[in-house]
Formats: sequence, C-alpha cells, structure tokens
Amino acid sequence: MESKLNVPLSPDKRTSGTRKKSFNREANLTGWLFVSPMAIGFVVLLLGPLLLALYMSFTDWPLLGEAEFIGLENYRAIFQDAEFWRVVGNTFTFSAGLVPLNIVLALGLALLLVRKLPGIGIFRTAIFVPVMTSLIVWAIVWKYLFATDTGFINQILQMFGITGPSWLYNPKLAMPVVIVTSVLKNVGLNMVLFIAALQQVPVHLYEAARIDGASRTRQLFQITIPMISPTVFLTTLLTIIGSLKVFGQIYVMTQGGPDNSTKVLVYYIWERAFKNFEFGYASALAFVLFFIILVFTLLQWQFRKRWVFHEE
Amino acid sequence: MKSNRHGLQAGKLLGIGGHYVALGAISLLMLVPFLWMLSTSLKEPAKIFVFPPEFIPSSIRLENYTEVLANTPFHLFYWNSLYIAILVTVGTVLFASIAGYAFARIPFRGRNIVFLVLLSTMMIPHEVTSIPMFLFMRMLGLINTHVPLIVLPIFGAGGIFGVFVMRQFFLGIPKELEEAAMIDGCSRWRIYWSIMLPLAKPAIATLTIFTFLTSWNEFYDPLIFINDREMMTLPLALSLFTDEVGTAWHHLMSASVMATLPLLIVFFFAQKQFIEGVSMTGLKD
Repeated sequence: MESKLNVPLSPDKRTSGTRKKSFNREANLTGWLFVSPMAIGFVVLLLGPLLLALYMSFTDWPLLGEAEFIGLENYRAIFQDAEFWRVVGNTFTFSAGLVPLNIVLALGLALLLVRKLPGIGIFRTAIFVPVMTSLIVWAIVWKYLFATDTGFINQILQMFGITGPSWLYNPKLAMPVVIVTSVLKNVGLNMVLFIAALQQVPVHLYEAARIDGASRTRQLFQITIPMISPTVFLTTLLTIIGSLKVFGQIYVMTQGGPDNSTKVLVYYIWERAFKNFEFGYASALAFVLFFIILVFTLLQWQFRKRWVFHEE
Repeated sequence: MKSNRHGLQAGKLLGIGGHYVALGAISLLMLVPFLWMLSTSLKEPAKIFVFPPEFIPSSIRLENYTEVLANTPFHLFYWNSLYIAILVTVGTVLFASIAGYAFARIPFRGRNIVFLVLLSTMMIPHEVTSIPMFLFMRMLGLINTHVPLIVLPIFGAGGIFGVFVMRQFFLGIPKELEEAAMIDGCSRWRIYWSIMLPLAKPAIATLTIFTFLTSWNEFYDPLIFINDREMMTLPLALSLFTDEVGTAWHHLMSASVMATLPLLIVFFFAQKQFIEGVSMTGLKD
C-alpha cells in the first residue's frame, strides 16, 4: 500500500525514501493511537480482572477481612460439593432440552418461512418479536401464564375439566417449563440465521432434482440439509454455549427452586459470589464454567475455520 | 392426466393451507404472552381471577398504569435504561469504529496480534470477570452508580465484537477512495471521520441496534452493581416487582407493557434493520 501510494506522489527518489519512513512511523503512531481506547479498556477491564479472578480462585476471599491464599483448596472443595454436581447436572439438562428443541423448531420454521407466500412476513415478524423483547419481561409474563391458580394455562386446562399442576412449584415440571419458555424466546434468532442459509442454496440443485423426479422429502434430506449443515452445526454450538450461561429466566421464574431443581451454574456462581460473598469459591466456580465454555468455543473456532475455507 | 394435474394442484393447495396453519399456530403461541399481558394490564384486579378467563376485558381500567407511575419511580427506571443504553451505544460505535478502522487500514506494528488477542477474549464468560470487577468498582466507590453499567459494555465483549464488525466493513471499502484523500494531504483522522465513517452507515446502524437492545435488556450487571431503587434500570426493577407486590399481576403487567411497547413500535418501523442487528447476537458468542 505504501509503495503504491508513493509512486505517483513523488517521482524524486530521495523524498520518496524519507516519506516512506515517516509514513511507517506515522502509521505505527496513529494506528496505536486509534486502537488505544479499546486496548486500554481491554487491559483494565478484561485482562486484569481475568488474571485477578484466577488468583482469587486460589484464595479464601471474604467480603470483609483478609484474603487468604489456599492453593487448590477451592477446586478440591468444588469437586466434593454435592450441590455443584447437582447444578452442573441441571445446567446440562437445560442444554440437552433446549438445544435440540430450539434447532429443530428453528429449522422447521425456516423451511416454512423461506417459501415466498403472500403474508409470510407477518409470521416472521411474530416469531421474531420475542427475540428483541427483554428476557426479564418474557420470563415474568410466562411465570404469570404458568401461575397455579390464576395462570392462563391452568385456566385453559380447567375449561377442559383438568386441574392443572403447580408448574413452577413442582420439581419435575419447573425445568421443562423454563426450557420451553426459553426456546420460544430465542427460536426466532436461529430461524433467521437458517433462513439466510436456505436462501444461499443454489436453485439449480432443486431444478436438477425435480427433473430427476426426486420427491420433496428426498430434496430436503439430500440437498437442503447437507447444503446448510455448516450453518446448522455452527448455530448448534453457539446455542449450546449460550444455554450454558442461562441465568435471567431462572432468576425470575424459579430462583433456582423448587428444591434446587432449576439451579444452574451461573445462578450458583451468582449466589455464592453476590449473596454469600464467597468470592474465592465463586471465582473457582466461574473458572469451571470458563473451562466448559472454552471446550465448545474451540470446537466452534475449529469448525468456523473449516467452514470459511469451504465457502471460499 | 388432466385429473391427475388437478389432484396435484389440490395437494399443493392443501400443502399451502397446512403451511399457514402451522405458522399461524406457532405465531399465536409467540403472541399470546403479549396479548395476555396487555389484557391483564387493563383489567380490574378482581377480574384477573374470573373463570373462564376474559381475553378482552369487560371493563377497562387505566388506573393500573397511573398507579404504577404514581407508586414507583417508573420514570426513573425508564430514564436510567434509556440514557445508559444511549451512552453505551454511542461509546461502542465511536471506539469500535476508530479501532476497527485502524485494524482494517493502518498497517501499524503488532496489528494482527493485538486484533487476535482482542478477538479471543470475547469468549471469556462475563461471570468470570464480574467478581473482580465488583471488588474493583467497590474500591473506587462506584457501586450503586451507573458508571460500571456504561463503561463495562463499551470496552467489554460487546465493544470488541463491535471492533470486529466495523473492521470487516471497512475492509470491504475500496482503497482508492482513501488513497485519493491521502494524496490531497488528508490526515488519518480526517479520512476516518469524514470519508470512512459516513460510508459505514449500514454497519453503524446494525451495530447501533444490536448494542442498544443488548444494553436495554441487560440484567446481570444491574443486578450486581445497583442497590437503590432510584438507580435501577427497567429489567432489574421489573424483576423486583415480582417480590414486592406479590400477586399484583395487573400492576406487573402494565409495567411490563410500558417497558416493552416503545421498543415494539420502533421494531415495526425498522424490522429489517432490527432483524439484521439482532442476528449478530447469533454470531457474537
């Protein structure tokens, strides 16, 4: 870029030399100046806290009083903490319920919505509205819909002569309710990503298949799904990562209850850190979460690299 | 042959009918919470328990709204949410676009390494850094202020994501434009500010919507950093309503309507941009 710039600028070689030098120095200076707000923010607000959190995870760090270095004690305690294993189990239950439901529903909706039919935009809008609604509002409204006596759902059931259960106060039902409401909240997002992928599939593939007499089902499984599989895989990983960080809807709908049946990892971290003020233990828990997420993120990166290559 | 074609057409119509039915059902499922929220927000408190449920309230009670406004500092929640989201958005767009421009176009030493390091830290869960950040803010006396709610997102994962988005966009702008300006003796700042930034309007619009919505809906940080009612943002205040008023659903629903409606209205006018903006969330994590 520099040389290209300098050719028409200065036919004289001597000035060209000095210009190039000052240009580089200038580029270094302005470059760093331009990125400095972000870079400083990064060091002070991300890198620093990350290292401090790592150190804190090796300490007993109360709200008041001295922090004490205890080495790996927190991590040892975590692996012997029955509540921790319960919480990890709940988190994976949440992911295992949410991810397949979300992906299948999003894919189904995308297949229905990608066709150009009159009025189809209305449906797309309706399904997308919850995505931009506040999670807290969404959770509050669903908590109300699932309320035992006054809830809309139990009232509907009552019209059919069924006495509805106390959904969010039943340890067996609370988690499924949270999963379903979470799926409905975010399914529109994956749907939009899938629609974008479906629109990229070359039309001539379908034309060729039709000439060969392939049925719609066959076209779906042999053209559509293979063609959009990179997006499906990537979206699945992103949805898994997101689901491991679930918090807001749990906080509003169940507070981790009943009987700890919906207490998930982030909720447990929050509770230990900001309710019990056990900062050391909570930091160690946070690093366990970090490690789990890291595994899925590395998977995603590995895959994205291949995917980008595949696209080129 | 002819009847066969008719059969095909009937089947096609049936298929399209099924299409609409399936879409209608799921759309209704998405809209019921909003409709029920609106309906309850207009009901007499006694009517909430009526069986069978009334979808359209027989008498409308607007006091549900005025009572919330009178009994809680609702205007403050609103104002807090709004001005924080605006500052976060302006800050993010400004700093992310400056850095994004440098990463795309200024060949400075260490550029690629710095960019990669920035990008890789996006995966650090916020929960990890929030604990030391809480202690840091406490040390600075900034607990129960809006400073952490404004500063952390601008320079956190959201801001870094913004850098990535802006860089991608600037990489796509032809170099010739800049080169011409440089020959004319324009400084880098002038080039960024008067040439590149105006060209980046689509990227800025997308980033603006994404950042604004993320900030407007943010819950975890306000929960950690804010204690006083007057300082709360809408999501935090609403989440505490459930405990405070117990089963006063008519008030809770009118508050929810007030918190949701303005954004929904904006959404209906700029759907395409909103969907693009929010879809970026899917790419962020």
